[in-house]
Amino acid sequence: MLHTVNKSPFERNALERCLQYAKKGSAILLIEDGVYGALKGTAVTDKVKKAMKNVSIYALYPDIEARGMQDRAIDGIRLVDYGGFVDLVAEHRNVHSWL
Amino acid sequence: MKFGIMVNEGPYTHEASDTAYLFAKAALEKGHQIHRIFFYHDGVNNSTRLTEPPQDDRNIVARWSKLAAEHKIDLVVCVAAALRRGIRDENLAEGFRISGLGQLIESGIQADRLVVFGD
Amino acid sequence: MSETTGGVEMDEDVSGVVKKFLYVNRKAPYGTIYALESLEVVLIAAAFDQDVSLVFLDDGVYQLAKGQHTKTIDVKNFSPTYRALEGYDIEKLYVEKESLEARGLTTEDLIVPVTLLPAAEMAELMDGQDVVLSF
Repeated sequence: MLHTVNKSPFERNALERCLQYAKKGSAILLIEDGVYGALKGTAVTDKVKKAMKNVSIYALYPDIEARGMQDRAIDGIRLVDYGGFVDLVAEHRNVHSWL
Repeated sequence: MKFGIMVNEGPYTHEASDTAYLFAKAALEKGHQIHRIFFYHDGVNNSTRLTEPPQDDRNIVARWSKLAAEHKIDLVVCVAAALRRGIRDENLAEGFRISGLGQLIESGIQADRLVVFGD
Repeated sequence: MSETTGGVEMDEDVSGVVKKFLYVNRKAPYGTIYALESLEVVLIAAAFDQDVSLVFLDDGVYQLAKGQHTKTIDVKNFSPTYRALEGYDIEKLYVEKESLEARGLTTEDLIVPVTLLPAAEMAELMDGQDVVLSF
């Protein structure tokens, strides 16, 4: 399953809940303000890194770049463009947007 | 693959419309089909032809109309949500049509994937 | 086309296909319209003979709270509609145990009978769906 998160982890609990729900082998894509959850040196970095042992985490690069955060992504988070977003949706049998 | 898309937020206030549009465009570029784009909640505001953004900004409504014309995409605006928000046939932009929520469920059934963009 | 629902017109190629639809409710009622308009989708979905489940987590559990009186805020109280879902053959309502407890509520405080599931089981349920709609 693919999960998408579009909220900053500092404003809402969407990322936290998503990390709890994402089963081993599933994928999480951070988009829009959700990309703030993909960054190094934040209060949620450790939590995200820990989750990366069981789930694949991706972030939408255009949203990272738009916010000036291009050099801050956690190593191991895969950066994708909109085409990559499409591929992720196609590769997983269902998708849940954590709105 | 056939994608269904749901847009739940209005243009300009929230990035959801932009993300949905860029997703749809990328999907088409990759040779996928867009079964339908369904506009719900404040998302119905994506369909008003009265929209007039400043010259240096993207025209979100016109962008949808163009995408629909070029790729024959079905842009459906939920009637109940639209009437609540003053969207009617009279102010509907090119390429959009007003119909019922059944169109969303149908898209969920017929498309291989349904992706929701919202707040 | 009916003004409230837009009517339900089914294409012929839709009949016979049964998919698992999950409606995820994570938002409280009244503060925003999401809960109400989500319920409107569910009512229409009932006409399509699909396998429908509703889950309530986070502030979504407040949608089911008993004793909602909305007269003074001049908004329609739509909570009785959850009780009508059974009549539409929508009987799979799941509430996340952790969300309910975090809000100091129990199933006694809810207007409809629900199945209480811990987050881990909810995750399983979500994983097994064909279409997941969130609002």
